[in-house]
Amino acid sequence: MNLFIYDQTFEGLLTAIHDAIDLNIKPDKIISIKYFQDDLFATKYDIITDSDKFDKIWNQVKEKSNEQNCQRIFKTFLSELSEIEMIIYNYIKLIIDTPYNVEVNFSEDSVIKINNIQKKVGREAQRVLMFVRFQKTVDDIYYASFDPKYNVIPLTVAHFRNRFADQKWVIFDTRRKFGYYYDLKNVREITIGNQKVNFESGKVDNDVLHVSEKLFQKLWKGYYDTINIKERKNIKVHMQFLPKRFWKYLPEKDFKNTFVMN
Amino acid sequence: MKPETINKLKISANAAKYDVSCASSGSNRPNSGKGLGNASPWGICHSFTEDGRCISLLKLMLTNYCIYDCAYCVNRKSNDIQRTTFSVKEVVELTIEFYRRNYIEGLFLSSGVIKNPDYTMERMVSVAKDLRLKQNYNGYIHLKSIPGSSDELQQQAGLYADRLSVNIEIASESNLKMIAPDKSFASILNPMNTIKNKIIENKEERRKFRHAPRFSPAGQSTQLIVGATPDSDQRILNLAGNLYNSKNLKRVYYSGYVPVNNYDKRLPALNEPPLKRENRLYQADWLFRFYHFSINEIVNDDHPDLDLEIDPKLSYALRNPWLFPVDINKANYETILRVPGIGVLSAKKIILGRRYSKLNLSNLKKIGVVLKRAKYFITCNELKAPTINELLPENVKKILLSENKPLKQFKKSFYKQLSLFPVN
Ligand code: SF4
Repeated sequence: MNLFIYDQTFEGLLTAIHDAIDLNIKPDKIISIKYFQDDLFATKYDIITDSDKFDKIWNQVKEKSNEQNCQRIFKTFLSELSEIEMIIYNYIKLIIDTPYNVEVNFSEDSVIKINNIQKKVGREAQRVLMFVRFQKTVDDIYYASFDPKYNVIPLTVAHFRNRFADQKWVIFDTRRKFGYYYDLKNVREITIGNQKVNFESGKVDNDVLHVSEKLFQKLWKGYYDTINIKERKNIKVHMQFLPKRFWKYLPEKDFKNTFVMN
Repeated sequence: MKPETINKLKISANAAKYDVSCASSGSNRPNSGKGLGNASPWGICHSFTEDGRCISLLKLMLTNYCIYDCAYCVNRKSNDIQRTTFSVKEVVELTIEFYRRNYIEGLFLSSGVIKNPDYTMERMVSVAKDLRLKQNYNGYIHLKSIPGSSDELQQQAGLYADRLSVNIEIASESNLKMIAPDKSFASILNPMNTIKNKIIENKEERRKFRHAPRFSPAGQSTQLIVGATPDSDQRILNLAGNLYNSKNLKRVYYSGYVPVNNYDKRLPALNEPPLKRENRLYQADWLFRFYHFSINEIVNDDHPDLDLEIDPKLSYALRNPWLFPVDINKANYETILRVPGIGVLSAKKIILGRRYSKLNLSNLKKIGVVLKRAKYFITCNELKAPTINELLPENVKKILLSENKPLKQFKKSFYKQLSLFPVN
């Protein structure tokens, strides 16, 4: 049994695949150091992440395939699902070994798996674009927390930077404890969440909220409640499109935002 | 912005909510340097109401005062309801503040008619102008043109908006006259024509001068109310088809009439909006736009209304059994598209996939074909099951109806309608 141990980075995984091909050894398992438990009967290979090796494999994949396919592989990696290492290994090996374009060969197991997983990851990224809600703080920073099922925030940064180019913002992944901060010039990765944010609910503490923030949340909730057409009520479809796990971020789903007026 | 704005907002949203179009797609206005926002070519939904509809745009009426008296409308002048008028500044501020918090993709603005069509339209245009020029805002703007407003104002509106729409509402002129006496087909089709011509001109211009300003880059759309008048599906779909062709419309929206003015005896007494019929019309619209069907194949003199029990594609197949079964490994793309249970995506995958090997049932399943439906209409490498010809159409219909899972189908067509995710 051949066991490849890597550092849980994408570069590391591709280095492992590079070495496997180079040494002509078929791995039985590629596993992150984080989950590795010593196995007396396995032959172990400790992979040392190497950006040249990474480039070599990645360029080969790009040449034999296309940019879109590279995106698929990267998205599959971001799923963080177990067993993806071997799926990616099999897929890359297939691409390199096959003279024609394998993308649409749905009789290959790895093609179908990559397609399904990357679709799920893409959908989760889309949900970040949909359901991120910024709260404006006293220092004019727009703050949002999120805990996506997969590690998709990196896929969404370009979108937010283009769209919100004239406001400072933070998007923080509470599950993986890192995020991004845009300071009107650059986007930086940050690893410490704001002390003034409730970790569970993602809500910014009242004393650092911008004076107008609560009002706009309430206006939005008021709008949300009104725009619904009661005669067309369809809770099943509603729940399907707006799964409960996102509700905690949405001011329109927070009953505290209901305006009580005479 | 004051807390009292909430009341205006609620009155306005209440007045605007029956307009079903919500799409924010089709435009790709980039963020010009350091401004706010951009319009992404596929729309993004930001929330969903309990009726299952997507919220993408802030849908507002500048005012719900109206001098007209359209029978199907909550805002008609003879209704005794709360009325309100926003200032231009208020709408601009709400849009910007909601946008910055990622609540919305942009603004959908309509208005009741005050004083006259031009006066009303001018105020709407000034909201869009203010957003673009003063706020440096590049998010989505949809303006609903006022029937009867001038060409000059359509011209200005198109410079700032991503999409314009003029709602035709009723499928026949005589019925329109009867329930909306202040409107006529001419007052609707004229602005539609102007917008169409400007869009064509603008495309030419931009071919020559890359930096010529865009005109309504996401095109124009319209809405038809379904079930407020006795117009048949045949009439509705033929009008829609005509508008797609002759006015280059991007979308026609079908809106099941919500009985808001039951006291008006010109309108049918409905207990609930005809949602099933609305759904079938959207499906028919899709067949027409993406499945190479002609309107006449979907509805005709012998078959003027869509079958509510089954979708129009299945209905077509059952009415034309001699076209089946289709050989999956030989038939061309258009023929495969007509098989119930095979969508555009799976049809394309079939064409690609069969190059490598003959396709069998398990291949088809992996590709995403709904075999439960398709199996009566195809032959493939291994299939020996009885088809529509052995079973006869009426029996196939019975079988499919008995195993129907309505929710799943509904969801599927909903996904399509809303174009939630980029099609890949
Ligand atoms: S013009 Fe007719 S449809 Fe439009 S707001 Fe006035 S009454 Fe309603």
